[in-house]
Amino acid sequence: MKADQNLDCTGLYCPMPIIKTADKFKQLKVGEILEVIADDTGIKEDMPAWCEVTGHEFLGMEEDGGKIRTYVKKTH
Amino acid sequence: MAEKEKLSIVVFSGDLDRALAAFILATSGASMGMEVSMFFTFWGLNVIKKNEGGIKSKGIMRKMLNFINRGGSRRLTMSKFNMLGLGTWMMKGLMKDTNTPTIDEFIAMSHEMGVKLIACTTSCGVMGIPEDAFRDEVTSTAGATYFLREARESKVSLFI
Repeated sequence: MKADQNLDCTGLYCPMPIIKTADKFKQLKVGEILEVIADDTGIKEDMPAWCEVTGHEFLGMEEDGGKIRTYVKKTH
Repeated sequence: MAEKEKLSIVVFSGDLDRALAAFILATSGASMGMEVSMFFTFWGLNVIKKNEGGIKSKGIMRKMLNFINRGGSRRLTMSKFNMLGLGTWMMKGLMKDTNTPTIDEFIAMSHEMGVKLIACTTSCGVMGIPEDAFRDEVTSTAGATYFLREARESKVSLFI
């Protein structure tokens, strides 16, 4: 998937990938897509949950090797 | 989005592991857009005491208490397997290995994210802890009624 910006959270455990995502979102423009790369499997549930609560759009995830790439669109 | 949802946490424990759990939840809540308050009481006050300097309290009993119960984020120990500090030292090593923030870093992060850190006035009074014993990130002091008002308005309320 094509993203406007990416955030590497490899080697970080919960809650850091989500905290960094929330922080990064402040710099993003509405409509932009952020790719978050992480290797803590917690993100598979945490990222959709974060999107559900914050109202941003969860576009999906891809797994390659031990890396999980999640894609989130800023909606507001 | 509508009005911010609230998360209120009582931190009663001064254990490293429990404090870590409290800060993980507080910072996660803040990044989910929640308005977070942490209410520190009893042993939990150790988490937000300054690491440096002495604690000036009045009376021999309180002086003794604050000497043996010095507190400060860097002096917290684990609730289990402390083993005279060996277990805590090992856990801090594991946290460092996995890039887990220290309690100090969590306090700074929480502060930046707008988490309110509140010290319980009753515990401070009983234990003889002056307000200047707390770190600058502590936003205010308050009583149980304040916490319950926050808890009533909260979607999530926890006691750790």
